[in-house]
Amino acid sequence: MPLLKQGAIVDDPWVYVGDDDDLPNGGPVIVTLKRWREDRDALMARGTQVGIRLTSEQTPGQVEDDLRHFGVVALEFPAFTDGRSYSNARRLRDRFNYPGEVRAVGDILRDQYFQYHRCGFDAIEIKDGETAADWARATSIITTPYQPASDGADNVLSLRQRRAAAGG
Amino acid sequence: MYRYDEFDHALVQDRVAQYRDQVARRISGELSEEQFRPLRLMNGLYLQLHAYMLRVAIPYGTLSSKQLRKLAHIARTYDKGYGHWTTRQNIQFNWPKLDETPDILAELAEVEMHAIQTSGNTIRNVTADAYGGVAADEIEDPRIWAEIIRQWSTLHPEFSFLPRKFKIAVTGAPHDRAAVRFHDIGVIVKRNWDGEIGFEVLVGGGLGRTPMIAKTIRQFLPKQHLLSYLEAILRVYNLIGRRDNKYKARIKIMVHELGIDEVGEMVEDEWERIKTGELELPADEIARIRAYFAPPEYEALPAEDPGFAAKRFEDRACAQWVRSNVNHHKQPGYAIVDLSVKPEGQPPGDVTDAQMDAVADLAEAYSMDELRVTHEQNLVFPYVKQSDLYELWRKLIEQGLATANVGLVSDIIACPGLDYCALANARSIPVAQRISKRFADLDRQHDIGELRMKISGCINACGHHHVGHIGLLGVDRRGEEYYQITLGGAPGEDASVGKIIGPAFSSGDVVDAVEELVNVYVEKRREGERFLDTYRRIGEEPFKTRLYEERFHAAA
Ligand code: SF4
Repeated sequence: MPLLKQGAIVDDPWVYVGDDDDLPNGGPVIVTLKRWREDRDALMARGTQVGIRLTSEQTPGQVEDDLRHFGVVALEFPAFTDGRSYSNARRLRDRFNYPGEVRAVGDILRDQYFQYHRCGFDAIEIKDGETAADWARATSIITTPYQPASDGADNVLSLRQRRAAAGG
Repeated sequence: MYRYDEFDHALVQDRVAQYRDQVARRISGELSEEQFRPLRLMNGLYLQLHAYMLRVAIPYGTLSSKQLRKLAHIARTYDKGYGHWTTRQNIQFNWPKLDETPDILAELAEVEMHAIQTSGNTIRNVTADAYGGVAADEIEDPRIWAEIIRQWSTLHPEFSFLPRKFKIAVTGAPHDRAAVRFHDIGVIVKRNWDGEIGFEVLVGGGLGRTPMIAKTIRQFLPKQHLLSYLEAILRVYNLIGRRDNKYKARIKIMVHELGIDEVGEMVEDEWERIKTGELELPADEIARIRAYFAPPEYEALPAEDPGFAAKRFEDRACAQWVRSNVNHHKQPGYAIVDLSVKPEGQPPGDVTDAQMDAVADLAEAYSMDELRVTHEQNLVFPYVKQSDLYELWRKLIEQGLATANVGLVSDIIACPGLDYCALANARSIPVAQRISKRFADLDRQHDIGELRMKISGCINACGHHHVGHIGLLGVDRRGEEYYQITLGGAPGEDASVGKIIGPAFSSGDVVDAVEELVNVYVEKRREGERFLDTYRRIGEEPFKTRLYEERFHAAA
């Protein structure tokens, strides 16, 4: 699955390791919550980075104390209509101040780019065959959003404040 | 009323460009219908029985004459010359062509309107008391807060795929004309002991298959926290609202299953963490929005216009119209005028392009260029001088908009029903028309007094039958259209859900049955009692007995 970050397809060093798979000898791995709970010590002892993949039924709050160990938190969209991962991403960024990569995985739609971005995702696993150019069109429509979210971007509320402060 | 600044303009225009691109991709085949579906729904475009339907938001029901003329133009140019007022302060166009829908949105953007979030599992168009700003009993104009909520909820990135659609209503008055207790969130503007403005917040109301009255989640929320508190409720709902069953996905079910106390704790916990963040409303932004809703420049007038008082005395028909369609205004010498869009025998809510143009002209001449759309599918002129009432009445008669029936038995709410809707069990509009004809005699209607009649073609309850004093629900009985009757529903501050009175009636009998219910009321009522009051006092037995023992024993 191509990985989109900051508008470009980038190499993805992370390898998913299933619940029953053997751990590879080296390199960063992404595991499930179950695997993390069962193999926490072994995973930490490998000396390479670990990431976690959460289903939309699971929440970052369940691994709150371990978040500092993760280089990636991948949040699943089992179907694009399941919007829970948007709220989980926002909590990761705003409540837990998680600084690492937050990755959108699963049923990913180009036209949702702004939702992913604004809720704090900074990496997106796009569909095989899709290109950065396909996504560029979705990202080119720059709208100043009304409300603050987790992207730290200017929004209408903050811009109006600034305008008022400048006496305009 | 609110006017877009450069940010509002930019947002709707960007949105039109984005949608135009999506439609082009659909037409070229790049997007399948399945992929296009969520995109069109974000812009209010449905696929119905016969064609596409476009639903346009009229935020909190306020329209200028210019906006209404634009809606007339759209009806004429892109549709078959009419529109349909919904029960949620929207207007629907039933025959737009897909390739023309971007043009319609572009035309709407010119007059500061859009169709964003009028469908889908999103926060829908925010509704408010249609008498906002002019009601005599009002604490503050609810539209200030509805506009603030509109902006916050528009394209909110986190809440575009909620478990289910989400409806918020605001009232600024203790007398609830916005049915806030039957919304996912109801907001009631209040003052605390120190005289500060804030809100009582209710959550978990709704109609549909499982009607529920909303419960208070917070008695008093200081005004600067409105958005953070709403965001906390939505976040909790987005995360734990049920997604396994469409019919159990509304927040009312979550509140019902977990209990209001537990939901309240989760919301407070979330809110504590975000309330002092960026969502805390700056005082000057509140002031900026409030300024748009400042009272217009009223003339200093006597409380009672003597000329009109005399006319009213001479003209009985006019007096009748005043009794049902004219309301008290905050400002001495002014009146609030309800326009009935439900003349005898017409489908509720339908409006032609010519009518819209005529209404726009009248609003310009008699109501400071502004009108309102009510959730009862009628229109309101909020700023009419009493001295203009007689002349306005005469002109409304010419347009067929002066039927003196607002709040009376023929002022029926009916969903589109089997004539338009794929989900329907039975027709709604023809039954509404027959009831309206049966009670055509206006003297009789006035004698009967306030009676809220509401009809839904199926259990989804788009016609709000649960909150009708008399409600009709279309059911299917071995392929025949039947109607179940509910009694005692009420949408306002005395909210209640109607109770099914007994076995359903055939289409042939249902109008007679309704008439019998009204007869029981007329026989049993006490001085000053409405139908609802009598029903609440005497209970359902006398009504039941009349229907099932005396009148229809064979049928039942
Ligand atoms: S109540 Fe049923 S029949 Fe009527 S519009 Fe809604 S879904 Fe259609």
